[in-house]
Amino acid sequence: MHRTSGVDARVKPGHDGWGRSLVNQFRANIHGWLLLLPAAVLLAAFTHYPAVATLWHSFFSTPKGNRPARFIGLDQYQTMLEDPIFWIALKNNLVFAAATIPLSIVLAILMALWVNEKIVGRGLLRLAFFTPTMLPMIAVANIWLFFYTPDYGLLDQIRGLFGLPAWNWLGSRDTALWCLIAVTVWKEAGFFMIFYLAALQQISPDLAEAAAIEGTGRWTFFRRVTFPLLMPTTLFVLINAVINAFRLVDHVVVMTRGGPDNATSLLLFYIYEIGFKFWDLGYAAAVTMVLLAVLAIVACFQFFYLDRRIHYQ
Amino acid sequence: MRRHLKSLTGAAAALALIGVAGATPAAAVDLSFYYPVAVGGPITKVVDGMAADFEKENPGIKVKPIYSGSYQDTITKVLTAVKGGDVPQTAVILSTDMFTLIDEDAIVPFDDLAKTDADKAWIKSFYPGFMENSQTGGKTWGIPFQRSTVVMYWNKELFKEAGLDPNKPPATWAELVSMGQKLTKKDASGNVQTWGVQVPSSGFPYWLFQAFTTQNDVVLMNQAGTETYYDKPAVIEALQFWVDLSTKHKIHPPGIVEWGTTPKDFFERKAAIIWTTTGNLTNIKNNAKFDFGVAMLPANKRRGSPTGGGNFYIFKKSTPEQKEAAFKFAKWMTEPKRAAEWAIATGYVAVSSAAWETPEMKKYVADFPAPLVARDQLQHAVAELSTHENQRVTKALNDGLQAALTGAKPAEQAMKDAQREAERILKPYK
Repeated sequence: MHRTSGVDARVKPGHDGWGRSLVNQFRANIHGWLLLLPAAVLLAAFTHYPAVATLWHSFFSTPKGNRPARFIGLDQYQTMLEDPIFWIALKNNLVFAAATIPLSIVLAILMALWVNEKIVGRGLLRLAFFTPTMLPMIAVANIWLFFYTPDYGLLDQIRGLFGLPAWNWLGSRDTALWCLIAVTVWKEAGFFMIFYLAALQQISPDLAEAAAIEGTGRWTFFRRVTFPLLMPTTLFVLINAVINAFRLVDHVVVMTRGGPDNATSLLLFYIYEIGFKFWDLGYAAAVTMVLLAVLAIVACFQFFYLDRRIHYQ
Repeated sequence: MRRHLKSLTGAAAALALIGVAGATPAAAVDLSFYYPVAVGGPITKVVDGMAADFEKENPGIKVKPIYSGSYQDTITKVLTAVKGGDVPQTAVILSTDMFTLIDEDAIVPFDDLAKTDADKAWIKSFYPGFMENSQTGGKTWGIPFQRSTVVMYWNKELFKEAGLDPNKPPATWAELVSMGQKLTKKDASGNVQTWGVQVPSSGFPYWLFQAFTTQNDVVLMNQAGTETYYDKPAVIEALQFWVDLSTKHKIHPPGIVEWGTTPKDFFERKAAIIWTTTGNLTNIKNNAKFDFGVAMLPANKRRGSPTGGGNFYIFKKSTPEQKEAAFKFAKWMTEPKRAAEWAIATGYVAVSSAAWETPEMKKYVADFPAPLVARDQLQHAVAELSTHENQRVTKALNDGLQAALTGAKPAEQAMKDAQREAERILKPYK
């Protein structure tokens, strides 16, 4: 400590020393920027530039053959407001998000609490819960396609045991979207469970002991102690769940292709259809901007509102 | 020293290799050929073998066959390439994508490349049913290669059990209903075990719907691809018949029937009669554990079925030599002998009448006459629905069909909505 102050004393508060510290600071800045550069370049090239370019393209008509793109202002957005399928896809996606997010989080917490107990076969159970996460979504969708097959699919065979008639799960507009929701929850819950399990293991056992001495019930302990302490994890999981609710469409492609009559068309799937089936790139850009806006609003809410209300240890 | 020598010879060998490799492309024309696989079987092997045979007979041309996924993947890849560069010289793409490819200014007509009389005769050698989807505005833009049509498969054992003549499939809509009622079987608690008839409606219901409309003697679009007729009374009537099969006659499963599981439903005796592509012929032949028959679709006002499947196209962004070579390749691949070979390997319909006259084909159908049904039905076949903005105009119809089949809208309402949407999309092409 004495030595440090000695060094400080040697730097005379004169023109010379001031200049040197400026150079040092500059050098530190350069170092910092150089360290950030690779990530920044990648982010700019593959995230920021495409986002801005998409916004730009959404103001132009789609070039076709020898007809070049021309500026049409907000026409694409006007079309979108009048496009019934867009509204269906948006509504489906909101239902899909509103169902998959809470369901998979609740299920994840329940599973994590269960496999956090000291029970026989705990490792096996953890593995079983985590298995759906390891499978690719395409494979998952194909497995579930078999479960949902009318008549001889797994679900209908179980229904058959109770004498119930066959049900066309994916071919009926009442159940098709819920079938996809079930697949997504099944796939995601195990993934989120891992985070909760890690968080649960961070919670000090002292708290449980103290609560036990006080005679707290299990539910009160969970509501008053465990759940608040899990909130940082919940925020993280929530962000992931929201993104996935708008990002996962593999199962739509495999299981229903958006049908019957758009009953399972999600926003990203519809964008894919517009972009790569109809080749209407201008319109696809406009719908993409809506998807971006939805995600941005949700992200802002999570970061600026929820984050403040969370207790970090 | 020794090591030195070794590296020196290595370098010399490498140089020689570069020399050789550098010399070949100058002499040979390179063709990349995208093809999709839409039916079961070792298709990739067959295509590679054919390309190798072609190279042997045409030493100046190198063909690189590239498996490009499904039909949808293939057109996506090709159009992305057209926008970005590195376009293949030739590809097999759905015949219905002709207008899309023309609108994107991606392809050239075959007529412009036909030089000799033999070339011109070759273009005329295919079944007219297949050419309807390959020509527009007096030009030939596609050459039929892997083409199919819808046929009816029936389970002869179930016919016998129901007290029907196992060798007499329904020939009219009325017979389809009456036989279907006999074939539909319920268990003690009233749940259906076997459906009389099953027509798949997932993904691309418009294709099978076109069978109904053709049988009701009405077309869905004009040849120029600028108009659709979804809301004509005969079209609505055809849809009503399809809906009635399940809602009124109760001989068809309710809701949307999955295309992919329909053959399996047939094997499992869940459906006594199914309508599906001729492309499933080999699959059904190998997997059905009972005696089955293949027949033309039943008639109402007339017989009818749409054609389907893929055509050869030649892309614009190629050198004149490459276009010439691609033309040669397409011609070679569709010669009667090859067309027969391809039809036998895949189950697709051989595309020219000459192909059916080859000894290989004659021998094949002598043992297994089912493919003849598809050929004979061709005289009743019409072009598959195809317009400008094809995928979008087709989607309007698909959505309407699925809405009617799931009971969300009455048939008339569904078709009027679909027509309005199609008219909106096609407005710029009027």
